[in-house]
Amino acid sequence: MNGHVVSRKVYYFIFAALMVLLILTISMAYFDLGPFNVIIALVIAIIKATLVILYFMHVRYGSRVTWVFVSAGFFWLIIMFTLTMSDFVTRFSF
Amino acid sequence: MANEHSSHYVAHQFDDLEQQKEAGTLGMWTFLATEILFFGGMFMAYFVYRFSYPDAFAAASHYMDILLGGINTGVLLVSSLTMALAVHAAQEGKRKQIILFLIITMVFGVTFLVIKGFEYHHKYVEHLVPGWNFEYKGPNAGKAEIYFILYFVMTGFHALHLIIGIGVLSVIAMMTARGNFTKEYYSPVEVSGLYWHFIDIVWIFLYPLLYLIHVHK
Amino acid sequence: MEASESTDHVNYLNNGYGVKSWLLTTDHKRIAILYLISITIFFMIGGFFALVIRLTLLSPEGTLVSADTYNKMFTMHGITMIFFFLIPSIPAVFGNFLVPMMIGARDLAFPKINLLSWYVYIVGGMFTLTAMVMGGVDTGWTFYTPFSSGYSHTNVVPTVIGVFILGFSSILTGLNFIVTIHKMRAPGLTWFRLPLFIWAHYATSVIQILGTPVIAITLALVGFERIAGVGIFDPNIGGDPILFQHLFWFYSHPAVYIMVLPAMGVVSEVVTCFSRRKLFGYRQMAFASMAIAVFGFLVWGHHMFVSGQSVYAGMAFSALSFLVAIPSAVKVFNWTATLYKGTIRFQTPVLYAFGFIGLFTIGGLTGIVLATLPVDVHVHDTYFVIAHFHYIMVGGAVMGYMAALHFWWPKMTGKLYSEGWSKLAALILFVGFNLTFFPQFILGYLGMPRRYHIYPPEFQVLNVLSTAGASILGLGYIIPFFYLMWSLRKGKTAGDNPWNAKGLEWLTSSPPPTFNFEKTPIVNEEAYAYTDGVFEEDVAGG
Ligand code: HEM
Ligand SMILES: [Cu+2]
Repeated sequence: MNGHVVSRKVYYFIFAALMVLLILTISMAYFDLGPFNVIIALVIAIIKATLVILYFMHVRYGSRVTWVFVSAGFFWLIIMFTLTMSDFVTRFSF
Repeated sequence: MANEHSSHYVAHQFDDLEQQKEAGTLGMWTFLATEILFFGGMFMAYFVYRFSYPDAFAAASHYMDILLGGINTGVLLVSSLTMALAVHAAQEGKRKQIILFLIITMVFGVTFLVIKGFEYHHKYVEHLVPGWNFEYKGPNAGKAEIYFILYFVMTGFHALHLIIGIGVLSVIAMMTARGNFTKEYYSPVEVSGLYWHFIDIVWIFLYPLLYLIHVHK
Repeated sequence: MEASESTDHVNYLNNGYGVKSWLLTTDHKRIAILYLISITIFFMIGGFFALVIRLTLLSPEGTLVSADTYNKMFTMHGITMIFFFLIPSIPAVFGNFLVPMMIGARDLAFPKINLLSWYVYIVGGMFTLTAMVMGGVDTGWTFYTPFSSGYSHTNVVPTVIGVFILGFSSILTGLNFIVTIHKMRAPGLTWFRLPLFIWAHYATSVIQILGTPVIAITLALVGFERIAGVGIFDPNIGGDPILFQHLFWFYSHPAVYIMVLPAMGVVSEVVTCFSRRKLFGYRQMAFASMAIAVFGFLVWGHHMFVSGQSVYAGMAFSALSFLVAIPSAVKVFNWTATLYKGTIRFQTPVLYAFGFIGLFTIGGLTGIVLATLPVDVHVHDTYFVIAHFHYIMVGGAVMGYMAALHFWWPKMTGKLYSEGWSKLAALILFVGFNLTFFPQFILGYLGMPRRYHIYPPEFQVLNVLSTAGASILGLGYIIPFFYLMWSLRKGKTAGDNPWNAKGLEWLTSSPPPTFNFEKTPIVNEEAYAYTDGVFEEDVAGG
């Protein structure tokens, strides 16, 4: 009756994926992609974080409540970022 | 079922181990939601200032050691793997393996801190510690100082969490050695693992945002 | 029946005596009592500062204290009342006491963490009290930068450390409630059978765990700025003080819902019990609580209309603020509908609940006035604002707190208080409150700014009225202190269920035994299953 037991292979595979993404994010930084540098860096970071959350932290096999709380944390973060930035990106001076 | 305490692992307020375990896991997730917002406040400041002063941030980020930061990212990722393996061992009730993997995890945690210590030392030598010896040569010194404040505050709080994490893991390792956990009951191992992975996740964001702003010249 | 029930059964109060049995307890009911005593002390400290404020404002020249002292007085008044009294008040006292009992559990999910939260509260309180004794703080409870970080010469550092630490007490309480409500409900007690008190505390806990960490880190940054001179909000090096305000209000607007949501939960319990009615629109009420918790996070910019925030953001925040009024209005409508044509028994708890409904409505409606961007430009930082938030916080939240205190006192202590005195006190409080704060609406509208110790002489009449009201209000708080203390020694035995109320907490003896229920109760009915208008055998207040 205890948490879902994941095969070790899954952990090794996820770890390998994380390392590949790490190398990817470093190498992408060496290209000048203008504003896309940040975006790519963030997207890769989000993918890495998601992998850790889903597999290492077992959320993929977790209950619905766990899903809700994980999402709530990030959802509130997004509220804070969007509404605060809504001030800073609309400060035009005439 | 109620009140029938299936074993001495069950605290008085719970009906059975299942309930106790679920409560522990949910408690940790709730706490991690708090932690997300705690670091979120700092990331908010980071985004506002990086948006407002992109050039100063790009220039200041050249003082970061991409290699050491990258190695440290790898170190934490490995530690996350070994932490997951420790929980896996706990699920299978393999006591020696749990302790082994916990110790490896802590060793990687300490390695991270040592490398971080070297980086901090470099910043000190280069006179880049705000409030202590900050002398920045390039243009936009003030805005660069904000970058370095954020760098030290964010990595500092991250390191603090790591130190706490190492403390927690050593307690768990000791409890394992004392035989506190079984195949049926290992909830504390799992819950402290969640905390450890969270620390890793914070760094997953810190590394690109602080080190990789402007690598291409 | 009740006569045979005396308090000499083993209960949480007589199960162990001595300081240690209290300071090391993990019983949620005892921790509730520890909180009750601590927040009462902070309420008295905050009340003392309010007294000095009101006495100073008797005369236009502000003769009682100097300008600097006055700044410290309103700062310390706000800090004590908000952080150390009102935020912990209902959750940490009544939530602690009742959440496990209402859901049929033996304790909260993490009893040791619960005790830890009280110690954290006390340590935070000690830092802040030390700061006050060392000469006080003058930044306003809002700690606005750059004044707080760069210019104030008062004890900002120990104060922010105190509030920082205190935050974790609030987080731990919220965490405990969330897990308890999710995982420890009695068999049959589904989400939509929960008392609304529980829904309210669930919503409050969500705000506590998601909002509090942000103010913690923000105040930590202010602390660093003062200690280490690292000016992250310092305009001299490009820092932005408005960023501080965003982070501060991201927590502090939702914080007003931390104060008022639990009071709403109390009102739902009391209104149904004393009108013998099912609650009108139970589900709407539950959803409204959750909606308030979420929408409450979308409106903080209405505190910053004239701060230099972009006008476009201001417009968005103004519009979003109107949104949050909707669930609050739903609540007021539903309480009214519950009471409509009910047979109401006018006992003390319901008098306070009426006070809440009326005064909260005034506070809420003036909130809409303030959230209207162009109007706020006129009344921002005037006494209109002071009146508004006191209608919410004192008229709403503190009235709810008083309702809870009078409703559950018999359960907590096993004793009945004097019906006559308590009704008198409720009346005095209501009159005193309105006399104190209603004139402040007018003063503010006429243009009297807040946070000054002097004012143009034409405002004196209204200020004297307000101070007179405050004296009556003060009396209204002192009387309950005495008759409640008196009831402990001389009060009649309450019996298990003096109000014939529904709810699991009333199934236990009064005071309840340490583990609340001998057998986990099984629930098979909705909340508030009252039969319309039927009072059953009356016991209390007969
Ligand atoms: C019991 C009687 C009370 C009286 C007579 C009173 C009086 C006042 C007055 C006159 C001010 C304005 C100070 C100024 O800006 O110059 C004030 C501010 C304030 N009060 Fe009260 N108050 C009372 C209770 C409370 C309670 C229970 C709370 C809290 C929950 C509270 C929270 C505040 C806050 C937050 C401020 C703003 C402080 C600031 O301007 O920074 N008050 N009060
Ligand atoms: Cu607000």
